[in-house]
Amino acid sequence: MNLLQTVLTRILYAVLLLIAVLVLNFSLMHLAPGDVADTISQSMGGADAEVLADIRADYGLDKPFLVQLATYIGKVAQFDLGHSFFYNTSVTGLIMQKLPATLLLVITAQVLALVVGVILGVYSARHPNGISSHFVTFLALFGYSAPVFWTGILLLIGFSLHIQWFPVAGMRDVTIEGGFWVHFIDVVRHLVLPVITLSSIFLALYSRLCRATMMEVLGSDYVRTAKAKGLTTREIVYKHALKNSLSPVVTLAGLQFSAVISGAVLVETVFGWPGLGTLAFQSIIARDTPTILGILFFSALVVIVGNLLTDLALRLIDPRVGSKG
Amino acid sequence: MTDTPILPKEEIQKARHPMAEATEMFMKNHAAVAAAVVLMLIVLAAIFGPYIYPTDPFDMVWAPFSPPGEAGFLLGTDYLGRDLLAALIHGARVSIVIGLAAAFMSVFIGVTVGALAGFYRGYVEEILMRITEFFQVLPTLLFSMVIVALFGASLPMITFAIGIVSWTAVARITRSEFLRIRELEYVTASRASGASNGKLMFRIILPNALPPIIVQSALMVGSAILFEAGLSFLGLTDPNVVSWGQVIGSNRQYILDASYTVTIPGMAIFITVLAISLVGDGLNDALNPKLRQR
Repeated sequence: MNLLQTVLTRILYAVLLLIAVLVLNFSLMHLAPGDVADTISQSMGGADAEVLADIRADYGLDKPFLVQLATYIGKVAQFDLGHSFFYNTSVTGLIMQKLPATLLLVITAQVLALVVGVILGVYSARHPNGISSHFVTFLALFGYSAPVFWTGILLLIGFSLHIQWFPVAGMRDVTIEGGFWVHFIDVVRHLVLPVITLSSIFLALYSRLCRATMMEVLGSDYVRTAKAKGLTTREIVYKHALKNSLSPVVTLAGLQFSAVISGAVLVETVFGWPGLGTLAFQSIIARDTPTILGILFFSALVVIVGNLLTDLALRLIDPRVGSKG
Repeated sequence: MTDTPILPKEEIQKARHPMAEATEMFMKNHAAVAAAVVLMLIVLAAIFGPYIYPTDPFDMVWAPFSPPGEAGFLLGTDYLGRDLLAALIHGARVSIVIGLAAAFMSVFIGVTVGALAGFYRGYVEEILMRITEFFQVLPTLLFSMVIVALFGASLPMITFAIGIVSWTAVARITRSEFLRIRELEYVTASRASGASNGKLMFRIILPNALPPIIVQSALMVGSAILFEAGLSFLGLTDPNVVSWGQVIGSNRQYILDASYTVTIPGMAIFITVLAISLVGDGLNDALNPKLRQR
């Protein structure tokens, strides 16, 4: 199978997954007690049965389930996720406004966790009884066991309240004036603590896996051959072994996208980061169903795109992946 | 296999029950044993604590933000003057019960899906694994938030919301174990002697697939506790029941005045989940003898 064909199949499959998410979304909306008409009548302060029936006819709620489902999917295909009654604006617009902040947080955290995780993993694999090895074990235990929102609050208490290195909340300081770089540095200062918090979970996973695969690879025959032909340890580790121990780590990272988004919801809430997580939190309190379901759809989209990109990255790192089918 | 020397008779008699061997391996892992003791204490506190320390966690017992140790309150009081120690003791019940119930549910779904997929192969496997992939794509916490927000924050609904998103790892492990074991000779032999599919799946293959499933299930309890803590931190919890995450969530605006109201309950979650994962490590050592040499 050539690359283009594979990519097309993967994209088709991703679209099917997205439609499945939409069907689930819609069924949830249907199963939940109360519908749009109830919400509207509530905000009007109550309405009689006739008005309710009118609203239902307006929104097509009196049509059969499958017709409504098809209408819904058709609308989403045109990027229309409905209307938020709480924010009184289109859900798509609302999400588009918040999505960049979440992407910034999620991507930075994943990249940081991967880079630091691989460095720690490689280093501790080369020094299996050294202090870095124990550090990786400790990090793995902490990353798995500490609730991420608690880690965030601890960092907040330490580095924003006691030592005032970083701002307490938000993404930018609106009082700051200046050019691009001034704003850039401002955003980076706001980003540091949320990114460290979020990546702490995944750093643990990646460094542990990287150490394990690296140790396995370093014990294999071709590494011995490389040693025998006189390569330095540095060359062996970075040119030969790293390539082979990287693909399991990248595979794992790809599987973690949905967990990263879940973590981001909590981290954003702790740090008041103005992204989808904060929006989800607020719209759940406000019982704003269209917005909540829109966020669920968009975050599934982010996960699916993330998986696609991981797949492609794996093919670049390890050409054997493609030939296996 | 073939070059194993035949043991003298007295040696053979020494061969013990595999459970005894596994227990011995577990006991050698001191961290796991210590963690098991800590876990036992936490469970005992959850069961008997409310009788020994009956203070209602919702009662205002003293002035707000009284630091730990002052005025007779070991862990101090929160922003409404409620006893923090009472909240921890009563909250342990919710955390542990939801953790166990949600883990049980996800293991049940995961084992069923994985066993059917691994045993029947073909289109059954195809469909079930697609469903598994679908659940892996859903952002778990957001999906649970949606369920709890739409259908109400009762404890059974929260348990359901956690269980329904957490089973994919168990399903994948069960499937790969089934795929491996179904090709082994003793399974073929049972099949040849006329065992039904149900018997093959649950009496012959499943018991041999259990070790990795048990380890994963232990870890599931820990992640379910973390999950519940996250939901209740966000306020998606039964407002009439106190839980650890909820204490952190409701006190987090006051970290400047009283950081202990957040650090202490978080420590409780951390210690509980840490103990569970150390016990899981110990179980892994005990149940997977092949990995011991690594």
